[in-house]
Amino acid sequence: MAFRSIGAGGRAEDGGEDSRGGGAGAGKLSFYEAAPDEEISLEDFEEYALDRLRVLKEIEEARSRGKKMEEMDPLVSDLWRKHMGSDSSKKDVISHFILRLAYCRTEDLRRWFLGIESVLFRHRFRCEMPAAQQKLMDDCNLPYKAMTSAEIEAVKENLESVARSTNQVSNSKMYYKVPFEDVPELVSGRKVYLRRGEAFVPREQLSFLVVGQFRSRLSKALVLTNRKWISFIAGEEKDRLAPMVEALSTRYLGPDYTQPKSSNEIALQDLDQLAKASFPLCMRSLFFQLRDDHHLRHGGRQQLGLFLKLEDALAFWRAEFSRKVGVEKFDKEYAYNVRHNYGKEGKRTDYTPYSCVKLIMSTPGVGDHHGCPYRHFSEDKLRASLGGLGLNSRQVSSALEKTRSQHYQLACAEVFEAVHGCSSDGINHPNQYFEQSRALLQQPKVKQMCSFSFNDTVEFFSQEEPASGGENNNNDANEEKTTLMIS
Amino acid sequence: MAGDPMEIDGFKQQQGQALCNPELLSLYYRRIFPFAEMYKWLSYGNDGKHPSCDSSFFGRREFSFTLENDIYLRYMSFRDASEFEATVCEKRPQKIDIGAVYSVDPAKRLAYASVSNDRVFAPVEKELVFDVDMTDYDDIRNCCSGADICLKCWPLMTIAIKVVDSTLREDFGFDHILWVYSGRRGVHCWVCDARARKLTNEQRASIADYFRVYKGNENNNRKVSLPTHLHPFLARTYSQFLSRYFDEEILIKQSLLHPQENADKVLKLVSGQGMSMQYMSSAYSELPVQLEEKKRNNRLLPDEINRQRWADLQRKLMQKRGIQVELVFTYTYPRLDLEVTKKMNHLLKAPFCIHPKTGRVCVPIDPEDCDNFDPTTVPTLPELFNDLNNGDARPVSKDWERTSLAKSIRFFKSSFLEPLLKECRCQLEASHHKKLQEMSARPNFTW
Repeated sequence: MAFRSIGAGGRAEDGGEDSRGGGAGAGKLSFYEAAPDEEISLEDFEEYALDRLRVLKEIEEARSRGKKMEEMDPLVSDLWRKHMGSDSSKKDVISHFILRLAYCRTEDLRRWFLGIESVLFRHRFRCEMPAAQQKLMDDCNLPYKAMTSAEIEAVKENLESVARSTNQVSNSKMYYKVPFEDVPELVSGRKVYLRRGEAFVPREQLSFLVVGQFRSRLSKALVLTNRKWISFIAGEEKDRLAPMVEALSTRYLGPDYTQPKSSNEIALQDLDQLAKASFPLCMRSLFFQLRDDHHLRHGGRQQLGLFLKLEDALAFWRAEFSRKVGVEKFDKEYAYNVRHNYGKEGKRTDYTPYSCVKLIMSTPGVGDHHGCPYRHFSEDKLRASLGGLGLNSRQVSSALEKTRSQHYQLACAEVFEAVHGCSSDGINHPNQYFEQSRALLQQPKVKQMCSFSFNDTVEFFSQEEPASGGENNNNDANEEKTTLMIS
Repeated sequence: MAGDPMEIDGFKQQQGQALCNPELLSLYYRRIFPFAEMYKWLSYGNDGKHPSCDSSFFGRREFSFTLENDIYLRYMSFRDASEFEATVCEKRPQKIDIGAVYSVDPAKRLAYASVSNDRVFAPVEKELVFDVDMTDYDDIRNCCSGADICLKCWPLMTIAIKVVDSTLREDFGFDHILWVYSGRRGVHCWVCDARARKLTNEQRASIADYFRVYKGNENNNRKVSLPTHLHPFLARTYSQFLSRYFDEEILIKQSLLHPQENADKVLKLVSGQGMSMQYMSSAYSELPVQLEEKKRNNRLLPDEINRQRWADLQRKLMQKRGIQVELVFTYTYPRLDLEVTKKMNHLLKAPFCIHPKTGRVCVPIDPEDCDNFDPTTVPTLPELFNDLNNGDARPVSKDWERTSLAKSIRFFKSSFLEPLLKECRCQLEASHHKKLQEMSARPNFTW
């Protein structure tokens, strides 16, 4: 199949610049300006797309574990070689354009794709030879002026200060004056010296600028592609490509929680019980915080509210909040937000519940209780919370070890396993935890018995006295397990 | 309400007089609220006759009203100053919020909703804004909590204004910055440069993050965590503002290290970093006794104790200067509500509104003189009412000139509005000139 009609999203207006990855051998890394002019089989179509998606997904995983830039560079190179092969220009370009089709259709998909492709591009750029980097920079026509040595000398101390504050070596001879708007990542992390609106960017960090260019071009291209898809393609390619393309965007990110599943809607009266048994720690702590305090700040309301997807959410929130602030105040100040979250006000979007990655990346502040507890709780608090779930000290230590090495989702999976006696399929989303938990707990008891761990019985049959509250819970759980064995 | 002396948020209500009611508000809007000046500001020069003016500009700005029975009206817009004034006088909102300038008149947005591309009704411009609220400092205030404020904790706001204002100017190059008292317990900042108004959400978020230092939340004790070597912005902030204000204002006014229970709060933050609470507070119990023996004046005693204990603490922390710096940051560094800054579609209360609980006007604050700003002497609605009735009988062109609000409005005009409009005129002139040049450079038509 040929890409020409749909892929470029603006190529016709480009004025025919053709050396940017429009085919094999035109240079490894590109801005994907020109759509490929190839014929490939439908099998390859799917395989190329899936391989690229694997790379993107693993990059996302690594980022959620908090890997630093320097660690990501070799990781991305390895991933690329593993899934895309070493002579990959053709596959690179084709897979990129296929995924553009898959991810142009909604704003959430576009945002995800834009973000993760930018990360991929950044690390591939950083690993390139200086000559290739220079060529790409020239291609973007970056309009930034290099600073004269006199100018650099005048602010030398400040430049060195910035470098030291970010643990970088400051032997750069070349600096560029760039408007701060063009380097938001450097500004965000206080990684650059600013003066009167200008950022003094060392040559090594110009990659941010090139990535910035890449991002803004891709962003525009995605919007254009979306328009073209809607108007031309969906009709023409309805039976052949459309189903495959549409499946791609839901396939690899784990289950899709954008569509509310009516069979899983939770009844108000069961909530407490469900929270204790099946909520992941992040939602559990928010839920019980709400129960105790009859109040949550905005971040917490968002996170818990989207997770719950209650049929009668308004009644639930009103019942809780009115205990503290009164029904009237609730109706005035909070009801609008609750209805907004469920798509009944304003933009009328049914917001998607937050995935683990999003929670890990969030920034709870004073008075907030949201985010991912494995990331945001102090060790003491985490230890106490896990004890409250009924984990024994060995299980708590194991989970804590995972959080110390920043494997937050693995810690959650460990806790899942400790609580349910059965390992999970991996935790990428709080709703996923919940569903897996429900699935397990609703199964007939026979199946639970099969996953009993011998190690747990050792604890029970030892002669030690139960030490504290946490330990007592564990003993109860063990007692239940032994009953099962007998019956 | 009438007849009871109530204490509302620390301000005692006069017997029989409400701080804010519909009648007073109505009067305020009809005679005092500076509609003309607000219109001039929010038009950014597009209200003139210049050929480059965009006459639709003001009409595309979103406002929202909060009415008496807490009805909330969004997506309000007005064609010009007189429609703005007429609607406000008619509806007497308790609060007016200012939102973004959109691509089309917000009142007509639904006409564009059917088009699936969500860019058609979208924000185009918005001031860069900041919100500092005293309740975010509750964990370090010993004098008040919640909605209360007093002159002992107000210096925290002064510090916030100084730090944010100087950084916005020196690091980011902004010039047209308006600071406004929020009417009760905080301050707002409006950055109105054209460059600021055109920032994307991502760029706003990056500026918010640039300021972000405080990373505590309810579940984590360590609130401030700084690298050993500070970025020039933080180093400058520390040496120019934080250290000084800590020593001269916060330490004393909040009595951070006396009595023992206050000192314990501070020590808890620094202990556990290789230093025990015991070591840190050794000699603390003797100190009051020693000073007592010297028969000092009772009022000076707590101040002396605080200073001595701080000196002692600094000595003990000498080997770990980083901890001392973090401590000072914890007790002084501005705590911004970052969500307010990050999105273009966030609405913020308009200057010169009246706070319904305190009756105070949201007056501008001069950042050069914010050390002398006293929130307890800000004009209230009943006071203004009084001024109008009993004040100066000389003829004035505007009623507000007769009131205690005159100073604030004049400041707004001369310090903020006039320089801003001057720059807007220059920019309109420049863009007009550029357009003319482009047009004359184009090839002629041939028919």
